[in-house]
Amino acid sequence: MLIGIPREIHEGEKRVATTPEAVEKIQALGYDLIIQKGAGQAANFSDDTYREAGVKIVDSVEEIWAQADIILKVRAPETHPELGVNEVEFLKQDKTLISFIAPGVNNELLGHLASTGGTVLAMDSVPRISRAQKMDALSSMANIAGYRAVVEAAQHFGRFFTGQITAAGKVPPAKVLVIGAGVAGLAAIGAAKSMGAIVRAFDTRPEVKEQVESMDAEFLMLDFEEDGSGEGGYAKIMSQEFIDKEMELFAKQAMEVDIVITTALIPGKPAPELWTEPMVECMKEGSVIVDLAAEMGGNCRLTEANKVVVKHGVTLIGYTDLPSRLAAQSSQLYATNLYHLLSDMTPEKDGQLSVDMEDEVIRGATVVKDGEITWPPPAPRLSAVPQQKEEVAGKLTRETAVEKPSPFKQLAFSGVAGILLLALGSVAPAEFMSHFTVFVLSCFIGYMVIWNVTPSLHTPLMSVTNAISSIIIIGALLQISSPDGLNQYLAAFAILITSINIVGGFAVTQRMLAMFRK
Amino acid sequence: MSAGIITMAYLVASILFILALGGLSHQETARKGNYYGMTGMGIALLATIIGIVTANYTLMLGCIVVGGAIGLVLAKKVEMTQMPELVAILHSLVGLAAVIVGFGTFLDHSFTFTGVEKTIHDVEIYLGILIGALTFSGSVIAYLKLSAKIGGSPLLLPGRHFLNLGLLLVAIYYLVQFTGAENQTYALHCLMVMTAISLVFGIHMVMAIGGADMPVVVSMLNSYSGWAAAATGFMLSNDLLIVIGALVGSSGAILSYIMCRAMNRKFLSVIAGGFGTTSSKGGAAAGASGSAEDVQPIDAESVANMLLASKKVMILPGYGMAVAQAQHSVFEMSRKLREAGVDVGFGIHPVAGRMPGHMNVLLAEARVPYDIVYEMEEINDDFPDVDVSIVIGANDIVNPAAKEVPDSPIAGMPVLEPWLGKTTIVLKRSMASGYAGVDNPLFYKENTRMLFGDAKESIDEVLKNL
Repeated sequence: MLIGIPREIHEGEKRVATTPEAVEKIQALGYDLIIQKGAGQAANFSDDTYREAGVKIVDSVEEIWAQADIILKVRAPETHPELGVNEVEFLKQDKTLISFIAPGVNNELLGHLASTGGTVLAMDSVPRISRAQKMDALSSMANIAGYRAVVEAAQHFGRFFTGQITAAGKVPPAKVLVIGAGVAGLAAIGAAKSMGAIVRAFDTRPEVKEQVESMDAEFLMLDFEEDGSGEGGYAKIMSQEFIDKEMELFAKQAMEVDIVITTALIPGKPAPELWTEPMVECMKEGSVIVDLAAEMGGNCRLTEANKVVVKHGVTLIGYTDLPSRLAAQSSQLYATNLYHLLSDMTPEKDGQLSVDMEDEVIRGATVVKDGEITWPPPAPRLSAVPQQKEEVAGKLTRETAVEKPSPFKQLAFSGVAGILLLALGSVAPAEFMSHFTVFVLSCFIGYMVIWNVTPSLHTPLMSVTNAISSIIIIGALLQISSPDGLNQYLAAFAILITSINIVGGFAVTQRMLAMFRK
Repeated sequence: MSAGIITMAYLVASILFILALGGLSHQETARKGNYYGMTGMGIALLATIIGIVTANYTLMLGCIVVGGAIGLVLAKKVEMTQMPELVAILHSLVGLAAVIVGFGTFLDHSFTFTGVEKTIHDVEIYLGILIGALTFSGSVIAYLKLSAKIGGSPLLLPGRHFLNLGLLLVAIYYLVQFTGAENQTYALHCLMVMTAISLVFGIHMVMAIGGADMPVVVSMLNSYSGWAAAATGFMLSNDLLIVIGALVGSSGAILSYIMCRAMNRKFLSVIAGGFGTTSSKGGAAAGASGSAEDVQPIDAESVANMLLASKKVMILPGYGMAVAQAQHSVFEMSRKLREAGVDVGFGIHPVAGRMPGHMNVLLAEARVPYDIVYEMEEINDDFPDVDVSIVIGANDIVNPAAKEVPDSPIAGMPVLEPWLGKTTIVLKRSMASGYAGVDNPLFYKENTRMLFGDAKESIDEVLKNL
């Protein structure tokens, strides 16, 4: 089948749906590709590099849609600025479109797409289950947005991120607060941290605390019990009491931090207001707020989508095209996500796309199938990971608790051992007792000495103990001089085999020890 | 030579043997320790030969020379990957010698005891032969299993616990018969029956234990060979044998304990055998962690690039590395990476391989410096800082199911935790599960890449690209 990649038409969109690198992998699945002239230009992929990878360059967008069976795009279809035709018009029966669609907010578009009779897969509807992570374009894009948010903040922030003590005076490190530790939030934490800032993070879902701390950032805790984990890894709306507490915490932070990056989104709902106007007023002059939720109304109502504004001396950045601002990187990740989706849909690697509605991932991504709207998909099987973990922890602690022997048991054991020893002592002859003393003391010496042996020398330890346990040869030597013939030969045989052991054991130990070197 | 001098020589030998074991605490003193051991053995032998042996010198010396030569050849020829087999077969010789000396003492009538002394002496002979025979047959089976002459999977007879119990009861019955035996012939008969029982018991015990439990078995047999020597010492009223036997016995016992702890298993349950048979349910539960489509393969070239781009690399070898004889290629890879400024370390799980310390010896043979070889406890906390972990031919010892799946058969076993690092590369022949028959969720983790193929060929391929 033929895959076509048209140039993105959204204003300012620099990304492209495939890269020369991904092309080779897609070709290995048995597909041929065509690409519109200049499609990768804005992301620094020239037509030549595509041509070298074996992609045919096509001049007009109509040709792409007419020839290709599968269309890969980044943005959802919209009206073409030059032709005045909506891209939806190009979609025909038996053609498949794969791109971002946002079916939750684009009902009209969805109906429009269905009326063409084609098939549409939405990259933003890929279910967020572990198997589908490799095609989760939302995560890839959020990762980039988080990184870019820090870069944008740095651009508008008048100071260093890292603290320095220079001859010209001391520079305190910047304090960054990241609200919402999802993929974007974590990426922002990582980027800000590596630039040397002091990073704090807040999230309503307690299970992300570990992830935040693993990135060396401080996790701000509310003294309040409520789990904000919702469906598919997103957060849910919290109770009023919780929000009051949260606001109290933010108000305190507002006076301290220099940079705030908000990433709080609840799917299908306007973004929650987390950073109020009074908080903005509290912030120091020159502070920066990057609102990644600007498209959905913003976590701070003062931000304006797609603009940088200064209010109360604070710079508010409301860009909604952060991934596009890192076009080469986001194109590369998006292309890889697309490749993984195609690879799952091409089980035979024969270039024939199959839309398997039994497959949970493909079912979730498919929003229009042969002209029928198939969105929303049935609820995904929830990942029960956090719950299960707790259970494990509980079980393990219980098990370890059981394994500890009770002091009573130990006491009873020592008591029985003591009585047995006394009983033996009361009947055994003196000579046996002296041997027995030697035996028990030797066991203790062995116990003390062996515990010190380093584990890397356990094999040499075994071969050397093997050699010295052949001291049993003395038993045979005691009997070799016996006048009895049978005894003699038995002893001689014992001497023979123990000699093998003695020499072999010591020699092989020597050989091994000679190999250990610094 | 007077008895006093001989006793003194034995005392010196005992001290030298203790020093020998003490020397093995550290790499720096280990070689000196081995020399102490040799000196101790030399003194003990000389004192015994000069002081006690009175006749048949030719026969004795001939046996020592021939035996020594055989031992030397074995020691020089053995491949380091075959160390477990060699150690197992050498253990069997100690067991056999204990049996022979036991019978020899029984047949020797120069001692005459009466009353309690006779009973104790008889019990000593009986125990010495019993432990010796058990060690002998058990070690032979262990050798056959380790050298893959017979299958490694556990042989599970129905009612095997009752069989063992029955054998034990019969052995006790014959002990009573033996000590109370009126005449020499009947006593000998008792000894013979007991030896046969003991041999069967040793075979059955080791047959029931599977391949991955071999570190426990080998160290346990090591321990038994010590107890056999100690029992012989009691029998002959020889303190040197008692001291050495006790040292070796406790050494093996501690090693067994360490191995069991590393697998989070009870010693008794290892000995009872049959690991992996009750696990099908847990295995299925773990199997839900992913399907074959979820693994992300990688090629050698990408691995090489990833390695060169990383700061810290941890190599985690398992028994598969020994099987593929990949240790030299692994060392070559680590050397190149270190030259490129990458911090390379090796992480060793206590039960990696088929005997305690097996991996360390293999790496040492490949000239990997021992100061970059770390134990599990030393490095497990460092994994979050590791860029790339390479798992070579290991499975159960890096299985997250041990921590995450409570009903997994390996739940609670301490494991290496490479998944906490940035990326894990698993070298594996295929998707088959490990010894324990438990699926490994590590393979399906998002930050895991699988490099399929023979471990040595894969590493060589990576090497080419470095």
